[in-house]
Amino acid sequence: MSGEAPPHSDAAQDAVLALSLLLTAPHLFGGISLKGAGPVRDALVADLRAALDDQFPVRRLPAHIDDERLLGGVDLAASLARGEPVRAKGLLDEVGGGLLIVPLAERLGEAIAGRLAQSLDGGGPSFGLIMLDDGMVEDDEAPPASLIERVAFRCDLTRAAMPGAKPVAAAQGLSRVAPLDEEALHALAATALALGIGSVRALNFAGHAARAHAALEGRRAVQASDIAAAARLVLAPRATRMPEMAEDDRVDTPPPPENGDAGEREDAADPGDGALHEVVLEAALAALPPDLLARLADGQTRRGSTGGGGGKRMQSGQRGKPLGARPGMPRGGARLALVDTLRAAVPWQAVRRGEGGANDDTLIFRKTDLRVRRYEERGARVTIFCVDASGSAAAARLAEAKGAVELMLAQAYVTRSEVALVAFRGDGAELLLPPTRSLTRARRTLAALPGGGGTPIAHGLKAGRELAEAVAARGKTPHLVILTDGRANVGADGKGGRAQAREDALAAARAIAMRGFDALVVDISARTAPEASDLARAMHARFLALPMADASRLHAAVSAAQPGARAA
Amino acid sequence: MRNEALASTGALRHSPDAMARFPFSAIVGQDEMKQALLIAAVDPAIGGVMVFGDRGTGKSTAARALAGLLPPISAIKDCPYRCSKEDAARYPDICGSGPLRKTPVPFVDLPLGATEDRVLGALDLERALRSGEKAFEPGLLAKAHRGFLYIDEINLLEDHLVDLLLDVAASGENVVEREGLSVRHPAKFVLIGSGNPEEGELRPQLLDRFGLSVEVRTPGDIETRVEIMRRCAAQESDPDAFAETWQAQEDEILRQIDRGRKRLGKIAVPDAILTKAAELCMAVGADGLRGELTLMRAGKAQAALAGAKALREEHLIAVAPSALRHRLRRDVLDETGSTARIERAIAEVFS
Repeated sequence: MSGEAPPHSDAAQDAVLALSLLLTAPHLFGGISLKGAGPVRDALVADLRAALDDQFPVRRLPAHIDDERLLGGVDLAASLARGEPVRAKGLLDEVGGGLLIVPLAERLGEAIAGRLAQSLDGGGPSFGLIMLDDGMVEDDEAPPASLIERVAFRCDLTRAAMPGAKPVAAAQGLSRVAPLDEEALHALAATALALGIGSVRALNFAGHAARAHAALEGRRAVQASDIAAAARLVLAPRATRMPEMAEDDRVDTPPPPENGDAGEREDAADPGDGALHEVVLEAALAALPPDLLARLADGQTRRGSTGGGGGKRMQSGQRGKPLGARPGMPRGGARLALVDTLRAAVPWQAVRRGEGGANDDTLIFRKTDLRVRRYEERGARVTIFCVDASGSAAAARLAEAKGAVELMLAQAYVTRSEVALVAFRGDGAELLLPPTRSLTRARRTLAALPGGGGTPIAHGLKAGRELAEAVAARGKTPHLVILTDGRANVGADGKGGRAQAREDALAAARAIAMRGFDALVVDISARTAPEASDLARAMHARFLALPMADASRLHAAVSAAQPGARAA
Repeated sequence: MRNEALASTGALRHSPDAMARFPFSAIVGQDEMKQALLIAAVDPAIGGVMVFGDRGTGKSTAARALAGLLPPISAIKDCPYRCSKEDAARYPDICGSGPLRKTPVPFVDLPLGATEDRVLGALDLERALRSGEKAFEPGLLAKAHRGFLYIDEINLLEDHLVDLLLDVAASGENVVEREGLSVRHPAKFVLIGSGNPEEGELRPQLLDRFGLSVEVRTPGDIETRVEIMRRCAAQESDPDAFAETWQAQEDEILRQIDRGRKRLGKIAVPDAILTKAAELCMAVGADGLRGELTLMRAGKAQAALAGAKALREEHLIAVAPSALRHRLRRDVLDETGSTARIERAIAEVFS
């Protein structure tokens, strides 16, 4: 380890350390989230399995697992075949005391995440959760927040180098290490507070991590380096703000205070009141993701904003308007259609009695008789507002557009639809609000939306289309609402020039038409001009000219133009 | 065997019962939530408690702790619904009339993504297919009868499930009419929902049906946080000794609940106080009558807990934020928090 090393080369080492702590006391830490697919992560997981020495079960959780398989239940096919109930053991029972590996954790459904969280909370068998997170920053995907909160560690291996070491469990148990003293507790609490970490769970994780680190180093008491390591591994990834006090000495010199360094300091002198706290905070700061500051500035820090898996809904047979039954096994949430099953079985009874030689009155079922219910579920709708915040539009109309979005949102939480907001101005477009139902967040974002600059319509439409594609990929229905005056003056390449900008804007509009997204163009210029309606035509979108609209009229118009409200 | 730490994990807790309960009185801070839970314990008809707050602030710990603290209930031995004698008189066909046994107060944790079948109960497939018998397999609502139903992140729960839960919680009875089944069974429980408003909100109609709502904040000062860590560590290292330390306080709370339950029916409500309650609701602009009714109920429970004979202003003031916070008309453009609005109104009305 040297000061010259690029910030991310330590990531793998930290992951090794975190895994070692996890091995030392799997039941205390919940687990770990490893972000970034690649050989480094594969190697770490392989090492971890090797370290377990086959003494403890390791299972992979397939993404499509159903409740019966997860929790155990009656094996229906086997029960029918044998004529007596056959119980199947659930995956969670099998993995008790071992490790559960969750690949593609960012796509994990909220139902399964809920089960796992419950089990981690002590409502079921205990296990260590290894979440393999392949989410990309651009996709805005992350493992369910309920699980992220319940695992102690998260490591980003996206650009990590191969680690030099392998994870090993401590040779001594955690119980051999003395509890944290007052000073250590204060140091951790103060660090968590400075980093804006609200969760008490995180604090407890950090306390355990410090003791496990001491155990790993073969010590009986916790010292400063243990606490620093705990802060780095547990607290730093959860930071939601930069501490104020450390701002000045951090701005241009990101000091990587190494572990050993901190340890030496501790050994050298009895730290006075507050000194330990500073060492710990420094350790945590060095581990903060380099782009945290930028993300905080954008207000984009993930606070589990999309909740448990972002409301991915299954299209299949659980809820909604009932359709006819179809043959199939009642599993994965599909429910047995009893009457249809009986109806399917009845005609064959005579034949089956003859075959099986049964002579009593019981019905004889075969697996092929089973029918399950189907439901038609309406996908959730996401209204994506693309707001022109350029100088030409901003003057009068931006405030109205903001008002309309807020009114839509107030309605959205009655109808359970979601709203997203893309703004374009100057030389680019920005996703200001990922799809959300939260009034609180939306209001904050909107209030901060500035106006002014050029009109890069091409960028705005592209960003809107990309978001719509992402929304559609999650099984929801996007609905684009573009509020603009149509007077593009910044092209797709970010350069000025009206003619080129106009061409680019129309091309972007055609791209939306190609995808067949439902769209509405609202002309918000003071005098209606042909540009906006041209745009709407290219987009195959409906067009509304609202020269004098105020917020509530705009809202009324948008609501009336929603697909649901379109009678014809 | 590589090491003793790994070895110890083999003998981990495997059932929820094995996990030691955190003593209710040892929970640091969270006074509003504790008050609301105690009120719900004294008067379960209050209609549920909604808890707003970030993850990891000990919401479920508090709810679980209270359920564990309450004395065991006596229920009919073979009744799948843990019915009391009174229930058995109302539902003679499902409870039977066996001897009574003691059983702990149930605490059911409803997982996110639970299906309607699991919540309501459904046709017992196994028995239907094997013996053609139309039997009912009780769901989570039945399990929660006479206890607590805790739902984490209720704002992410399917709307129709929330509707259903609130409906059952209000009526105290689960009626299942599906798949050819027609079952009616008692389901009286204290519904505790928790959620973070940053992640999506509950519809106002649903929110209104919760009796009380509380805000749980992360303690902002270091001392409190250190105290929490200290107690958690102590509890984890030796749960029994920790429980021993807090036993006296736990007993005191039990006595308080007991006294509250006995007194609840006898609390006098002076007319002047009724007027004040109505004025307060008008002043904050709470929608509907439910606010006033809950305010009275919660006030009475609070008075009973405090050992008073009559409902007084101080009781109303103590419960007003919890009873009214979630019923204020939403103003999209008003940034003032609901709590601040209620405090302002209290200052006006009770000046």
